[in-house]
Amino acid sequence: MKTPYSQKVIEHFLNPRNAGKIENPDAKASEGSPACGDMVRVYLKVNPQTLVIEDIKFESFGCASNIATASMATEMVKGKTLEEAKKISWKDVVDALGGLPPVKVHCAVLAVDAIKRAIENYEHTHGILKEKKPTDKEVIRERLEHVIDPAAGMDVIRVGTVKDYEIKDGVVTVYLNIPAQRDFASHIKEEIEETLSPLWDVKEVRVIFSSRD
Amino acid sequence: MESLHGIPGGKKEVWNTVSRIYLDGTLTTRTDPQVLEEMLPYFTEKYAVPSSQFSHSHGKAIEEEIEKRREFIKGYIDGKEGKLIFTSGGTEANNLAIKGFARENWDKGMHIISSSIEHQSVRHTLYTLEKEGFEVTYLPVSPEGYVDPDDVKKNIREDTILVTLQHSNPEVGVIQPIEEIGKIVKEKGIAFHVDAAYSTGWIPFSVENWKADMVTLTAHKVHGPKGTGALWIRDGIKIKPLIDGTFHEYGLRGGIPNIPGIIGFAKALELMDDEERERVKYLRDYLWKRLKEEIEDIKLNGPEERHPANLNVTIRYVEGEAVVIQLDLLGVSVTTGSACFSRKLEASYVLRAMGVPYEDAHGSLRFGISRFTTEKEIDEAVSRLKEVVERLRKISPLGRKE
Repeated sequence: MKTPYSQKVIEHFLNPRNAGKIENPDAKASEGSPACGDMVRVYLKVNPQTLVIEDIKFESFGCASNIATASMATEMVKGKTLEEAKKISWKDVVDALGGLPPVKVHCAVLAVDAIKRAIENYEHTHGILKEKKPTDKEVIRERLEHVIDPAAGMDVIRVGTVKDYEIKDGVVTVYLNIPAQRDFASHIKEEIEETLSPLWDVKEVRVIFSSRD
Repeated sequence: MESLHGIPGGKKEVWNTVSRIYLDGTLTTRTDPQVLEEMLPYFTEKYAVPSSQFSHSHGKAIEEEIEKRREFIKGYIDGKEGKLIFTSGGTEANNLAIKGFARENWDKGMHIISSSIEHQSVRHTLYTLEKEGFEVTYLPVSPEGYVDPDDVKKNIREDTILVTLQHSNPEVGVIQPIEEIGKIVKEKGIAFHVDAAYSTGWIPFSVENWKADMVTLTAHKVHGPKGTGALWIRDGIKIKPLIDGTFHEYGLRGGIPNIPGIIGFAKALELMDDEERERVKYLRDYLWKRLKEEIEDIKLNGPEERHPANLNVTIRYVEGEAVVIQLDLLGVSVTTGSACFSRKLEASYVLRAMGVPYEDAHGSLRFGISRFTTEKEIDEAVSRLKEVVERLRKISPLGRKE
């Protein structure tokens, strides 16, 4: 068969390593691709003493290379310390897979970003942050830019799903432009809570929908 | 020769085209063996062409054969009041109709009306004309893909010279109300081009009822050969040729015509009848019924009443390219409107124009039934698809699990 993918990519796509979910993970993170609408979610189990990634799993709403890159990237960081894992780049993943068609390279970026964000979340929630930067609107915005509205295939800031957001005494409130009944409303709410609640100084995340439109 | 990949999970025999389940008939179909048989003598024995009315009898005899086919196809579309120009296919016919008409008639006005879900050969022809100074209005479509005839009426201007619209859409099967639109266009005295490439043979129509001035046809979507199509032009409509040559095709398309192709085109139409259309429509409905029975969270894209061979669905929580590749490895050929599948990472412009959310375009699948599709193949394809969807949904972060 003719395929634009290497045999290794096809092999990881058909038999993905570390696919699935970890119940009660030590950290998790989701990333969405503004390029095509793909999504990947990563779960971590970390040894608190050695800071070694003891288990990692991923879920994917994406194409063959999305699944294959997540499979390879999780395989590469498993058993590594958080510091070692942070050094793995998307290029390393692409190389390990024997290359990707240029149009699919962003899938590797997505997978690696999700792992890095999960590690960052672990550092936030386990008090091992090197630099404790207080959460401000800038930090919130940066995190929200990684939440994709599936109906638009773009991030919630760019597409205007988020109307406004604020932080006061550790409580983040995000105001949305969509009513709770809209498709994927609860998914977007969960994603927002998931991305903001790990921040070290955030005590609570409130997501407020607009009234029915 | 490239060797076959030893792909885990894929069986070797699935590369065999005999056991392959081909469900991409909206893109192209297998040339019917009866069509091919009819064509063969025109390569080896009946290969001559006449260069003038005083030519040798060998060429004249074949010219007569071609003219018989021309008349047959004209009759097939109720097009006695016009000329049929054979082309290399639907793409050339669309180019010839739109560029040919615009470049001949620009002095009467430079505005063209079309829609946002036209075939790429129409879209790109219009982009070219825009660069040449023409103005194009791309009408929106409803969530089911319909152009509103009132929209056509409202957008006609003083300088509108041409309305070009597709009859049926190969991606979502929607059939436009061409008769109603034709009436509006004719009242205003504007030329009307209909791209009926996907309808050729599948949906009987009359160019007279449509009040069309130009109609695009193609052979390969209805079990005819690739590389053959035609543009029907109403008498009195003037266009400029794209390919200059001599007298061939009324001086509107230079070069010796694809004679075996034309023979095959006519034969393919001759083989289509209501029984055949009904049988294909039955299989399409059967496929949709089976899909709904076996796969949850699945929805139809496009209207219920549609092209008899076409089906387009969205399977939620999975991505189309992943589905297409896994199905391919299991020996089933289909396609998707997902961004991940396209060369430019763009979701299908047809689905987007219909307002289908990105997320639903992501999981869209397009099926095309053909004359050679069997009920058994559909059962088999549905069961393989079910397996693929279950596998992908298990690792999807969206939707409910178990």
